[in-house]
Amino acid sequence: MKLSNKSKVLEQEEMTFAERIYLPAIVGGMATTLKHFFSKKVTIRYPEQKRYLGPVFRGHHILKRDEEGAERCTACGLCAVACPAEAISMVAEERKKGEENLYREEKYASVYEINMLRCIFCGLCEEACPKQAIYLQHDKMVPVFEDRSEVIFGKDKLVEKMDNRYLREGWK
Amino acid sequence: MNFWYFLTALTLLSASMVILSKNPIHSVLYLVFTFFCISGHYVLLNAQFLMAVNIVVYAGAIMVLFLFVIMMMDLSKNSPDSKSTLTKLAGAILGGTLLVILIAASRKVDLKDVKPIDAQTGMVEGLGQILYRDYVLPFELVSILFFVAMVGAVMLGKREAGERNF
Amino acid sequence: MEITSTLFTAKAIYVGIIFAITLGVAAYSTYFERIIAAFMQDRVGPDRAGPFGILQPLADAVKMFMKEDFIPANSNKWLFIAGPCLSMLTALMTSAVVPFGDQLDLGDGIILDLQGIDVNIGILWVFGIVSLGVYGVLIGGWASNNKYSLIGAIRAASQNISYELAMGLSIIAILMLSGSLSTKSIVETQQNGHWNILYQPLGFVIFLVCAFAECNRTPFDLPECETELIGGYHTEYSSMKLGFYLFSEYINMFISGAVMATLYFGGYDYLFNDYVAQISWLGEYAYNVSALLGLVVLIVKALIFVFIFMWVRWTLPRFRYDQLMGLGWTGLIPLAMFNVVLTGASMLFTVNDGGSNWMTVGASWAGVIIMLVVTFAYSEMKYKKKKLATA
Repeated sequence: MKLSNKSKVLEQEEMTFAERIYLPAIVGGMATTLKHFFSKKVTIRYPEQKRYLGPVFRGHHILKRDEEGAERCTACGLCAVACPAEAISMVAEERKKGEENLYREEKYASVYEINMLRCIFCGLCEEACPKQAIYLQHDKMVPVFEDRSEVIFGKDKLVEKMDNRYLREGWK
Repeated sequence: MNFWYFLTALTLLSASMVILSKNPIHSVLYLVFTFFCISGHYVLLNAQFLMAVNIVVYAGAIMVLFLFVIMMMDLSKNSPDSKSTLTKLAGAILGGTLLVILIAASRKVDLKDVKPIDAQTGMVEGLGQILYRDYVLPFELVSILFFVAMVGAVMLGKREAGERNF
Repeated sequence: MEITSTLFTAKAIYVGIIFAITLGVAAYSTYFERIIAAFMQDRVGPDRAGPFGILQPLADAVKMFMKEDFIPANSNKWLFIAGPCLSMLTALMTSAVVPFGDQLDLGDGIILDLQGIDVNIGILWVFGIVSLGVYGVLIGGWASNNKYSLIGAIRAASQNISYELAMGLSIIAILMLSGSLSTKSIVETQQNGHWNILYQPLGFVIFLVCAFAECNRTPFDLPECETELIGGYHTEYSSMKLGFYLFSEYINMFISGAVMATLYFGGYDYLFNDYVAQISWLGEYAYNVSALLGLVVLIVKALIFVFIFMWVRWTLPRFRYDQLMGLGWTGLIPLAMFNVVLTGASMLFTVNDGGSNWMTVGASWAGVIIMLVVTFAYSEMKYKKKKLATA
């Protein structure tokens, strides 16, 4: 039964003599592969040579600090809710007196963990964050794990370092 | 000469293993080994061509087909007691008769008639000369026999119209 | 006695060298197979083990040895071990009769033939050993006690037997030209550029195709096709036993390259070999230098064939089994027979006319071209008729 008239009936013609003795086709094929033998190789030798990642690449997560160096995160948990892979978990704590220069808001995350085996780098946490605290860096990839104990990234790996601040084009 | 004794002992041993071993595959492999020993005898007789042909035709082609058939049929289910007394008796009589004929024939051999071996004995050229000059008729008859056998095999293998196509 | 023992030592050294070259070439074939495959697919291939990855075969060997050497519980243990050993043995034995070079003059009247054994049945020896190569596959496949192994083994064996016939027939034409079974004299009749490829274009194509089939290389690698037989006859093999099977394939490739060079491309013959043998400043060594150069030339010719084997492998898909059998029995065998008749006719033609070798060349090429044209015309005629009938 024909649903539409778009389908084409394939008519297989009988092979001609040149096709039946295979050899011309084989020689043609071998010419093609020989051409590729001498062509430029497309391989990027990864650790030595890196591909350009682009300005919208979603890489290693970072917990931003504000201009004074206080952590922006307020442990609202919206990123954990937004995360489709349930990779994010956190423990919230109240800011004590004298910690104003460390944490911007009155409540902060004392533990903030991302399981990098679960994370799919979708960037929904970045979009969910009301405080512009979490970003996925466009120029840095998550390093290769060598041990199972290394896959959960805590605050020590996530919080922005003051001497190496993360900037995106168009932020200023 | 010592090598000859060694080779002969090996030949007899492997030949008897052909009939003594329970597993038909082992039998075939011993038979292949026997052919090798016989090829060794050909080399000792300076008949290199016969040696090569023996290996190519018997060890290389015919025994492979034997192996094929035996592997495909799975003969391990056929226990030895499936052979009836009549079969055993017939086999014994046939083998005995062959032995008697061989002994009788070897008794009649006169070693004085044998030509001395020179460098050309057993070479391809000499064999060709004898085959195509002195024994042309038997040779051609044998080839016709082979041809008939081949036609027969083709006839048997041919699929007839209406036969089940599996 | 003195001369005999020196000659024996020299021969032993020569055999050792050829053995080492064969194994070395086979080991590096695995590396170059991957490099060539990569290059033809616009990749770079293995380049991590050592500079340009040249230590890759070593790494592969270490890996192979470290793997668990597994023998299936219900397999026939001794035959299971014998299978890969037989494959390796037969692969290595073939090179005994290939003349890798002319003679070396070692002084004191000692002449060393650069050939394992110069028997007057040389090419039959190659045949005998090649036909025994089937046993390694067949025994290994059967002893695995696995139906896929058995099917693979039987397919391999029937493929090898089928293509041996056409191979033998294509060689008969060579034997008619050279008048001898000895590989040495086959090479000697081709000296000074009278290579058999000029006289036997059709025979060479047939032999080449059969060599592909005998080595189980693509497009005839059905015995080991993974998609249909999960690996074929070596499904149950692991560790170095599997390595032996794969290694023997590479050895076979190199040796069949050497045999093809011997039969069709003048063996150790190269242009200017007479000239090299008479260079004055080399003095008495000139002849030896020429012979050693011949050895190198033969190995280079064999390596070119190895490259062609790999080139074809990474270009063509494999045949279907019925296509394979059809090509062997209904394509190559009649062609080889035609080639024998053609060779006989062209030889007769030249002998009666007292013509030169080049007339034989002309006659054989003319025969092939006439055959092609006639078949082409016939097939076109049939094709047009059929088209008219359907229209």
